[in-house]
Amino acid sequence: MAKILKKSTLAPQVYEFIVDAPLVAHKCQPGQFVIIRTEEESERIPLTIADFDREQGTITIIVQAVGNTTKHLCETFNENDEILDVVGPLGMPSHIENFGTVVCVGGGIGVAPVYPIARALKEAGNKVISIIGARNKDLIIFEDKMAAISDELIITTDDGTAGQKGFVTDPLKKMLESGNMPGMVLAIGPVIMMKNVAETTRPYKVPTVASLNTIMVDGTGMCGGCRVKVGDDNKFACVDGPEFDAHLVDFANLIQRQQMYKGHESLEYGCGGHCKCVED
Amino acid sequence: MRGGLRNKMPEQAAQVRNKNFDEVALGYLIDTAIDEAERCLNCKNPRCVQGCPVNVDIPDFIQALKEKNLNEAIRILKNKNTLPAVCGRVCPQESQCEKNCILGIKGEPVAIGRLERFVADYARIKGLDINNNSKAEPNGKKVAIVGSGPSGLTAAGDLAKMGYDVTVFEALHAPGGVLMYGIPQFRLPKEIVKHEIDQLKALGVKIVPNVVIGRTFTIDELMNEEGFSAVYIGTGAGLPHFMHIDGENLNGVYSANEFLTRVNLMRAYKFPQVATPVYIGKSVAVVGAGNVAMDAARTSKRLGAETVYIVYRRSEDEMPARKEEIEHAKEEGIELRLLNNPTKIIGDEKGWVKGMECVKMELGEPDASGRRSPVEIKGSEYVLPVDMVVMSIGQGPNPLIKATTPNLETNKRGNINADESGQTSMPGVFAGGDIVTGAATVISAMGAGKKAANAIDEYLSKK
Repeated sequence: MAKILKKSTLAPQVYEFIVDAPLVAHKCQPGQFVIIRTEEESERIPLTIADFDREQGTITIIVQAVGNTTKHLCETFNENDEILDVVGPLGMPSHIENFGTVVCVGGGIGVAPVYPIARALKEAGNKVISIIGARNKDLIIFEDKMAAISDELIITTDDGTAGQKGFVTDPLKKMLESGNMPGMVLAIGPVIMMKNVAETTRPYKVPTVASLNTIMVDGTGMCGGCRVKVGDDNKFACVDGPEFDAHLVDFANLIQRQQMYKGHESLEYGCGGHCKCVED
Repeated sequence: MRGGLRNKMPEQAAQVRNKNFDEVALGYLIDTAIDEAERCLNCKNPRCVQGCPVNVDIPDFIQALKEKNLNEAIRILKNKNTLPAVCGRVCPQESQCEKNCILGIKGEPVAIGRLERFVADYARIKGLDINNNSKAEPNGKKVAIVGSGPSGLTAAGDLAKMGYDVTVFEALHAPGGVLMYGIPQFRLPKEIVKHEIDQLKALGVKIVPNVVIGRTFTIDELMNEEGFSAVYIGTGAGLPHFMHIDGENLNGVYSANEFLTRVNLMRAYKFPQVATPVYIGKSVAVVGAGNVAMDAARTSKRLGAETVYIVYRRSEDEMPARKEEIEHAKEEGIELRLLNNPTKIIGDEKGWVKGMECVKMELGEPDASGRRSPVEIKGSEYVLPVDMVVMSIGQGPNPLIKATTPNLETNKRGNINADESGQTSMPGVFAGGDIVTGAATVISAMGAGKKAANAIDEYLSKK
């Protein structure tokens, strides 16, 4: 059982939970994730660790109410409620070193998992340029936190209500075109965004890492549901990842595999499977 | 004394049971059990005991049953076997204790497994097995068990009885390992697993779920920081193998592990009452022919698949599954496609399985395992029209502990090197079951847990 110590709303349908999970907080590193199960009848779902406090024994998770379990968690769990199971930290920690300049790209709630990695990269001596994007101003999260650990913070929105109008790939492209080659680009967000970041950096051969949020059950390498084609190999996102060389990830296969339970979700909600909840 | 044939196991009818998840075998009633017990010759030199990896005193518990002394029967059973209700259901008795039974020479051996199951079930229902164990005084020494499958639970139970302070760490949210996530409800009801685990808790064993050793704690941290004097690693064979053929990442392709975990541990057969979904095709191919493959095939049928194939590259004689499981599968309408080997899985334009190309095989010369090796018949490829594929071709060792325990020696397959007693390359660290041997049976994992418990006791007694 893991008690929710604090719950706050970051954006419409996006919540931050600070959870009492001392065993995870004691050990976790940037880039790792937990699997939670809210109640006896619930699914196990992976959530990236957005922050942690070793002294307090807490971790921060950011949840968007999009699917079955995330909606349930966001709508019915409040401070002092207990999440039935929290297990972790899972996955390989991010590779942190001084690359010189790094660009950290976060899309939507993908900004949350970017944050601890960007912070660690900053602490390792990198110049951190962060690009965070969302559909509109209201959906931008972690702006202050990202500003505090970035040398430069660029915001993009699809509709131009905050920062530059356009996609996160626009300022990235401009930077590369001007000849400012970062040592590494990190991208976390919707699959299509990560794919576009990979395509943007590919011609410049800039090392690019994406953190994949695949379908998972156990998170320990047991089920293989999270398998994804990376280069010529099939990798398990839960134990080999979740971060991979974005230039080698078969994003089309990943997008296809994310559709596996689309029919089930629509069965459950009666939404016909056309709503936003199954797009990502 | 009676020879001849054993008492039949009452079962649900095949065409009824292949639509539900209730247990297939219904168990003996008391009169049948005693009648079967009467067949036992109570041999002076009981060869059955030698066939048992945990050396259950088989004739003794059967004598107690004959005398209707069920208290004594369960005491004798549990003295050697921590999980009798499990073993009575899933042990391959036909190749162990029953294989050695003298009655088997002219007729059928005593149905030892069925009697074991009867005694364990009777004891559970009547509450005879609560704390029905002799337990040594606590000695204050802490032992960590990694993994709560059959091997870990056996080691935990034996060590607790010897007086050790035992903590079992489990990565999943529910203890039991393969007994919970792998073996289906219709072969091993989860209530029974829970009951056996409750018995261990009553012995003082602490079970901590949601802790992944190798991540939450490393083996070195357990030994150096968390105060454990010894560790037993029984993490099993949890890493699913794939064939590395085209199309394995299509939607509708599962590893047997994922498919069975969704249905057994996460109870996806109750979707949408439970939140975990499982996809089920109209026509399903299960690749492989072990017990896990039979479980996956029979589970598919129960979830509504119209046609379910077992696709296997050798012939029926080489199928590694228990005969009983193969018979049950056939009765339930599972079709065997023997001497067939998948060559690729074919998808539709949206990335879903629509067929599996197979090539026909014939048996050639015996290979290293002594089995005749299958050879492709050139040009015999055809497409099996299926919309779901379950890969059930075996499991390897999970790499997490290996990757985070630099001093722990493993072989080239990633299995932990351990001697007969379970001793690994690290002092105080023992290992056994599938993580050492590769995928095998519940009872052999239990046997390894038992040996390791004794070795740990010996090691810690000297310290």
